[in-house]
Amino acid sequence: MVEFEFTDEQRALREVARDVCTRSAPEEEVRRLMGTAEGFDRAVLRRLGSDVGLLGLAVPEEHGGAGAGLVELALLAEETGRTLLPGPLVGTVALAVPALLATGDDAVAKELLPGVVEGTTVLALAATDDRGGWAPAQPSVAAGAGGRLTGEQAHVLDGAAADALLVLAAADDGPALFLVDGDAAGLTREVQSGLDLTRRQARLRLDGVVARPVGSAAAATAAAAVATARRTAAVVLAAAAVGSAQRMLDSSVEYARQRLQFGRPIGSFQAVKHRCADMLVDVEHARSAAYHAAWAADAGTDDPELAADLATVVTAEAHLRVAKSTVQVHGGIGFTWEHPTHLHYKRAVSDAALLGGRAAAAARLADAVLEPA
Amino acid sequence: MTTTAPLTHRDLVADTARRVVAEHPPESTPRAEFLGACFDAGLAWVHFPRGSGGLGVEAGLQDVADSILQGAGGPVPFSINPMGYGMAGPTVVEHARPEVAAELLRPLATCEELWCQLFSEPGAGSDLAGLATRAVLDGDTWVVTGAKVWTSLAHRARRALLLARTDPDAPKHRGLTYFVLDMTDPGVEVRPLRQMTGAAEFNEVHLDGARIPDTHRLGEVGDGWRVAMTTLMNERRAIGGGSSRRGSGSIGAALQLWRERPDLRTPALRDRLTALFALADAARLTGERQRVESGDRPIGPEGSIGKLVGAELNQAVYDFCMDLLGVEATLYGSYDPPDGVDDETDEHAGPHDVQRAFLRSRANTIEGGTSEVLRNILGERLLGLPGDIRVDTGRPWREVPRG
Repeated sequence: MVEFEFTDEQRALREVARDVCTRSAPEEEVRRLMGTAEGFDRAVLRRLGSDVGLLGLAVPEEHGGAGAGLVELALLAEETGRTLLPGPLVGTVALAVPALLATGDDAVAKELLPGVVEGTTVLALAATDDRGGWAPAQPSVAAGAGGRLTGEQAHVLDGAAADALLVLAAADDGPALFLVDGDAAGLTREVQSGLDLTRRQARLRLDGVVARPVGSAAAATAAAAVATARRTAAVVLAAAAVGSAQRMLDSSVEYARQRLQFGRPIGSFQAVKHRCADMLVDVEHARSAAYHAAWAADAGTDDPELAADLATVVTAEAHLRVAKSTVQVHGGIGFTWEHPTHLHYKRAVSDAALLGGRAAAAARLADAVLEPA
Repeated sequence: MTTTAPLTHRDLVADTARRVVAEHPPESTPRAEFLGACFDAGLAWVHFPRGSGGLGVEAGLQDVADSILQGAGGPVPFSINPMGYGMAGPTVVEHARPEVAAELLRPLATCEELWCQLFSEPGAGSDLAGLATRAVLDGDTWVVTGAKVWTSLAHRARRALLLARTDPDAPKHRGLTYFVLDMTDPGVEVRPLRQMTGAAEFNEVHLDGARIPDTHRLGEVGDGWRVAMTTLMNERRAIGGGSSRRGSGSIGAALQLWRERPDLRTPALRDRLTALFALADAARLTGERQRVESGDRPIGPEGSIGKLVGAELNQAVYDFCMDLLGVEATLYGSYDPPDGVDDETDEHAGPHDVQRAFLRSRANTIEGGTSEVLRNILGERLLGLPGDIRVDTGRPWREVPRG
């Protein structure tokens, strides 16, 4: 497995993903779904799942998936980022599934994963505190007698739509993961009005909710499972940022070629052309860092933790800079509601703060490379 | 069966390299003899035709040969004769008449003849096609008069790639012709050019009636610009190659300084170094990805990304190092040139090498294509944006304002 060298199967997968995302999420459909209660179309989720098999890419074959890895998931994410396809992919495929697999709980996996693969089950990983802080050492939800959960969590990705949630809660022996049904008694979920209208976050209130412990004693601890999930999701967000940034670069270049001012295309002015050149550099760097992190996870070409943090730092900054430049190149139209640029810009701002945020990733990266043990 | 062909070529290159190493053990073979054996075996430039230092295979396979030859302790000819290997070889093989190429290539490859490049002039930098050095035909000999600048290795070079104006009445790109100049000609005078580091890494070359036989013209009269493009594309490739090991190059120097001097650390500097590391590693990975994606083909204009980023990164890294050093950065070893002309590089051992590298890095965004020109290349060649509106198109060179 040579890093950056895609197999024929991976190339074909990219085409399938691009095709289904393009057909499922034209801009007017994205805008329509932004205004709906759930924020996505369950029929599209089933199409991604049972029709084209994209939701089970990184699910082991024994649970009905394709048994592929993060490189494949990154290719899918890049296409969802390009189109801003609304749906609970991050919560389900990038967070809950890797967390569940890391716990080694076969019984729960057997129960939940076939539905994920089919696109009929939405999952979420609730590993935040009541202000949205990521994976606290002392969770703001506590497991009481009989495994009943009480507490609050905020900024839970896809938490409102989830049919089942993996909830990180403080138990007797430290943080542990519990499975909670979406319609469990005592669970209230409130969609948090988002800056990015294409992703959904929820605030959870648990009041004595009945829950099942998840995880086998022999497998990773809850903290390690959550860390694996975060790392996987960070790579998925990084790849999605690449797709979104590439889309904005394409749009900026097209506009700079067509838009005439002072009797010439604005792209012939160096001030605009050089801005586009810098956007190209950002997109290429982001792509390299995101793919590298995927290969590091699948093939061990690098420390997966370091590579994921590097990908977060590089792609988040590139995505933001490209988004700002896209507004600037488009001029007034780029600031309007009707133009799609603001949707990508808000995605860039929002994603840079998820999963603990890019500042935390930069801090981990610094610890790893500046003063190595 | 085209999919298996590159494997065959790869095996051919590897087998040939192993044979050269076996027959001419690098540790006991004089340098010129070893490099001559490499040339004769077709390993100097593997993509050149057989008999001209190549095997007629994909250029990307050069790494296969170099890793075997240099892994066995062989010399790195590119570092001895950079303009020769990087630019002159590819230009000569493509544009010289065969008997001239046969005369020039082998001594170039053995490094018995070093090469330099006479392109830039005091009045022609980024606008290279506006250059003013004149070449006039006298019988079957060209007589050249003018001044060239920023010439590395001119004081030691036996031969030069020269671009000169042969028709001042033609539009600028169409009045140029390309030559190979013998640097021992009495009409050639080389003067060291001192730079802000104090050293003289480059030269000015004054040409006063230097003579070149017409046989040493590359390409047709008036076709020099097209020939020069071969040279320049190879130059950007040579400069933009980049390093493939994490933490090598200038960022490695900064990381080392950070580790050695915990007394100088501040949180703000730590954030800056982290951002620089991330940028350096993203650039490194992008170079790796381009190499994989281009396969055995040479890297195209996308290689300009590496040159652009590497130059600006170098400057930012040394800015950081100077800020880290604080008041210690205000010292400088010596501005005296070591002895006349210095063949220095960025790797200069000494107590104040950070300061020297810091000053040297100012040239990075100018040499080998300014960052402004590189951004134009990315914008126009890779993104397809329209060119700027020009005031010199179609006008005779003589009438275009210069200065």
